[in-house]
Amino acid sequence: MTAVEAQITGWGDDAKVRLRDGAVLRMTEAEAAKGLDNQGNPDDQRTLMNMGPQHPSTHGVLRLMLEMEAETVLRSKPVIGYLHTGMEKTAENLTYLQGGTNVTRMDYVSPLFNELAFSLATEKLLGIEVPERAVYIRMLMCELNRISSHLLFQATNGMDMGAVGAMIYGWRMREETLRLFEKITGLRMNHNYIRPGGVAADLPDGWRDDTLKLIDSLPSGLDELDALLTGQPIWRDRLQGVGVINANECLALGVTGPILRSAGYDWDLRRDEPYLAYDKLDFDVLVGSYGDCFDRYSIRLNEIRESVKLVRQILEVMPSGDYRTQNKKVTPPPRGRIDQSMEALIHHFKIFTEGFHVPAGEVYVPVESPRGELGCYIVSDGGPKPYRMRMRGPSFVNLQVLPHMMHNTLLADTVAIVSSVDPIMGEVDR
Amino acid sequence: MAEEELVELVETGAANPEPETAYGALVSWSLDQQVLHPDRPTYVAVVEALKADGFVMCIDVWAVDYLTNDTRVLPDGVRPERYEVVASFINHVAHTRMRVRVQVPAEDPTIASLFDVYPGAEAMEREAFDMFGITFENHPDMCRILMPDDWEGHPLRKDYAIGSIPVQFKASPAERS
Repeated sequence: MTAVEAQITGWGDDAKVRLRDGAVLRMTEAEAAKGLDNQGNPDDQRTLMNMGPQHPSTHGVLRLMLEMEAETVLRSKPVIGYLHTGMEKTAENLTYLQGGTNVTRMDYVSPLFNELAFSLATEKLLGIEVPERAVYIRMLMCELNRISSHLLFQATNGMDMGAVGAMIYGWRMREETLRLFEKITGLRMNHNYIRPGGVAADLPDGWRDDTLKLIDSLPSGLDELDALLTGQPIWRDRLQGVGVINANECLALGVTGPILRSAGYDWDLRRDEPYLAYDKLDFDVLVGSYGDCFDRYSIRLNEIRESVKLVRQILEVMPSGDYRTQNKKVTPPPRGRIDQSMEALIHHFKIFTEGFHVPAGEVYVPVESPRGELGCYIVSDGGPKPYRMRMRGPSFVNLQVLPHMMHNTLLADTVAIVSSVDPIMGEVDR
Repeated sequence: MAEEELVELVETGAANPEPETAYGALVSWSLDQQVLHPDRPTYVAVVEALKADGFVMCIDVWAVDYLTNDTRVLPDGVRPERYEVVASFINHVAHTRMRVRVQVPAEDPTIASLFDVYPGAEAMEREAFDMFGITFENHPDMCRILMPDDWEGHPLRKDYAIGSIPVQFKASPAERS
């Protein structure tokens, strides 16, 4: 389905009917313990099963309440909150400069996207432009992060399906990416590298060779994954036709990212609402046709190849210049200036103690993270800390499709389905 | 400006133009992002009008507590209240987004649910209830989503204190032998 068709037909009542009844288990644990069906009658045939939060395939601390009839899942409910640490509340007590350290821990597999959404929102409120080099560094880092995130998916997805070899292959390639991150940002994860005003530091010496070495090694590694998984009959049997969702249901549920694209719906914010400088680069948006686990697997695998393409283009056109804005109210003065100038010292002190003030207003900025639309909404009251910061985590919204995908499937397939949604619980619970 | 000109401006309505409206709600612009301000009774109707006009997806629903923020700008005719429920929608064909901000008073924190229009609002409205104590009417499963069921209070309200643990900084320990 295309966007135009969706607009003409709407997503219709059929999706709505299926979504309202049947798949979602809406009851508390106390009610569930009574063992009644949805009409309130006792039902011996149904069993309520608990899966997680400690389960190897739940990607952290996702818990599922499954209503089973023999081995078939009828209704289910994802129970979340086990990783809730109040990050939105914390954000209200950190300055905009400190905020990056907080948001980067939300989706810990693609931390740079969190920082990017937060920084773009802050910059929009501030009304500042970042230099071109910073824009391209951000794109470079984000695409590398997309690669590492999708490689993690390949690893965990393989592991969940019992293809432990894939885990080692995926992990090995991801580790190479993280090594490059460590060289550029100083940390493997939780970088706080993209900050309001630009990036924390310029690219280090030898970054171009290291990046080239990495992306030159990736295609053969991806071909190995391809040979290991894509064509194998067992792999196909486990994924094809499992966890099917159509575009209507995705739209109704607010699902974005690879899951929406796997249902044949052509939508990618990088191309359709270009931010940074994605409109100057050439890449393809990958779309599936069946909306099953296999489509989601192959879309993510091939998105890595598209990101490699993007990184090559960025390497060619990486401009020189400043890596952060020269706006003195946002960027601290260089170390050398502090020894010479009283004003520089004061600015430095003010920025790191009080923080810079952001004009009052409210703004919502979305970016395309590896999991879908990651949006940051900030309300500022003119002070140095966000009055309210809301992160629209794609994993949080995408989790809602689980009951619909699992409805009337076998218990063994729930593992494949959870894995193919690729939720990151840090972002779900925040 | 001369007095006659002012009179002329007022008479032609140029000094006080008709407030901008769309989909039956007042419009404001926040940094070139369009925002609608329906009141609670018209909220669902406005959202249905949006959906009929091609806004196929409800991106998110969340709330803001404006207890200690007096810098909020609202169009004339919208009475500020303590809470605000914000919903964001996207039109994939026109490539436009729309934000809807509804004022919700502190003494009656209830608002209609969008579940019937966009089933995807279910989890987001549960989170808004959990964090702000705003009840969504006709929601199929209005219960906490992130906090434990027996939790007291709603953490993202501005009068909900953050806990802290005093940290004592000491001299660095002796070197390990």
